[in-house]
Amino acid sequence: MAHAATRLTRFNMTSLALGLAFLYLPIVILVIYSFNASRLVTVWGGWSLRWYHEFFSDRAMLDAAWMSLSVAAVSATLATLLGTLAAVGLARGERFRGRALFSGMLYSPLVMPEVISGLSLLLLFVALNAERGFWTVTIAHTTLTMCFVTVVVQSRLATLDRSLEEAAMDLGCDPVRAFLLVTLPLIVPAIVAGWMLAFTLSLDDVVIASFTTGPGSATLPIRIYSEVRLGVKPEINAICTLVIALIAVIIVVASFASKLSSARGESAAPL
Amino acid sequence: MPLLRIEGVAKSFGNFRAVDQLSLDIRAGEFFALLGPSGCGKTTLLRMLAGFETPDEGRILLGGSDIAQVLPHERPVNMMFQNYALFPHLSVRDNIAFGLRRAGMARKDIATRVAEMLALVKLEGLEKRKPDQLSGGQRQRVALARSLARRPQVLLLDEPLAALDKKLRESTQGELMELQRRLGMTFIIVTHDQEEAMTMAGRIGVMDAGRLVQVATPRNLYEAPASRWIAEFVGDINLFNGQVAARENGRLTVSTAEAGPLAVSELWPPVTKELVSVAIRPEKVKLSRRAPASDAGLSQTINRLAGVVTDVNYLGGVTSYRVKLETGAMVRSSMANTARLDVDAYLAGQRVVAWFTADDCLVLEQ
Repeated sequence: MAHAATRLTRFNMTSLALGLAFLYLPIVILVIYSFNASRLVTVWGGWSLRWYHEFFSDRAMLDAAWMSLSVAAVSATLATLLGTLAAVGLARGERFRGRALFSGMLYSPLVMPEVISGLSLLLLFVALNAERGFWTVTIAHTTLTMCFVTVVVQSRLATLDRSLEEAAMDLGCDPVRAFLLVTLPLIVPAIVAGWMLAFTLSLDDVVIASFTTGPGSATLPIRIYSEVRLGVKPEINAICTLVIALIAVIIVVASFASKLSSARGESAAPL
Repeated sequence: MPLLRIEGVAKSFGNFRAVDQLSLDIRAGEFFALLGPSGCGKTTLLRMLAGFETPDEGRILLGGSDIAQVLPHERPVNMMFQNYALFPHLSVRDNIAFGLRRAGMARKDIATRVAEMLALVKLEGLEKRKPDQLSGGQRQRVALARSLARRPQVLLLDEPLAALDKKLRESTQGELMELQRRLGMTFIIVTHDQEEAMTMAGRIGVMDAGRLVQVATPRNLYEAPASRWIAEFVGDINLFNGQVAARENGRLTVSTAEAGPLAVSELWPPVTKELVSVAIRPEKVKLSRRAPASDAGLSQTINRLAGVVTDVNYLGGVTSYRVKLETGAMVRSSMANTARLDVDAYLAGQRVVAWFTADDCLVLEQ
């Protein structure tokens, strides 16, 4: 019976606990130490919210956090827009010349080393004589994350029955309205999941951002990275805890979105 | 002028000719079935009528105007899809109202029409359900209601009953026919199931390799198939190849290698070739312990074939026998079990005479 096979044996419990500990122990320690009163990172000095205060009064760090969040929000939105259009084009468009090449090129950022993407974007921006800062990072992150949105949305479109759109047209919709009234509502969970994926990827990125940003507009990861080189302050732990909390919320929302889409009788978008 | 006239329509996909120079007239109020094996082009033809495919050649005239290039949403034609294609994010009511809203109907009229449609397909009380909360039979009804709601001039049905089990399929066939008669609408159904086509349709168009090979009533299709291929495709049949040996007063004598000389009544138009096949349906082949003594009692020529019963398959309503002739050829016979006690049954190994009249035979060119 399936019940017997899935019941937790002592061995399964132990291996699960070890696995989870391996993954999450460093994070748990980080979170605990973010509430440390001591000035030294490795010495426990009792519970305190001191480093959270420190962070919220650290102008430069707050600016970096704000920069990161706005870059992530804007680039995720742009990437979702472009990525969804590309996915619809690839999944629904007529077989155009160069389709295979186009889809291959679209996915190249998935496998391209970030250093190369970052360097090539930097060369582009220098060649264009663009002032490096918020917009250059945003554009760079859009190109990085768009293909992830395309993958998520395209796999959702692939599971959607073509005859749904045909039925909509049969019942009086032109192709655009058929897309808006039938296809779009059915792929919204995948689009939401794609946006969140793009948001977290952008929030997370150091390499491409450090190539494409300019003086005075560091993102949070860049800022943290440069701080850590001078020695880890417990303030960093507090910031990281906040970032982890934000990402956890996003992951929960995204998995709800993909649950919602599977509850609609179609297979969920992979996350 | 027929309601729908298909004129020399052709459609190719790459090198594959899906529909080849096909012409067909369909009258208003008709229940027409397109029957054929898979890949014969029947679905492509239906999709051209719906507007999902554009013909490469030819015209499709609906009420006199050519709709071959008209987009699907501008045609007074609706389609019921094989997998129903219900919108999963909309309730039963919104699915049925979908086409009415696009037509810009007033809210009050939409509510009335939806209620009318729900009553028509007997789904009252389920209007708030989502498609995944319905059974297969209920989904089929929602799809039907949705495609009928706009009162199309022609309703196209693509294998509408393929997903239902046998019992439900049979009762739904009856309901579809009843509905079509009541609404007086023109139905065109695509099916690969010949029994379904024969049960429901007034006329059947048989397709093979993109061409329409015969258009006939179910009875004529079965009793007077236009070719050997159709005779074999529709129902069971015994075939004996032979040559025309004599021809007099509308009666042919065909000499066959497998069954000797056979007397057959000539059909109109008469066969022109010398190499022919004699075809006889199994239920028209009777078995006897002794051959009928003379032709006088039946006032027509009888063909008698002596042989041995090899297989007996009892199927409830009928029993089907296979008889091996002295030449080694097999003849199939099926006889209705009209009495409960099997006094007339034959056993395997028994010597019998399989016999049939000249009128029951068909002559088909090879």
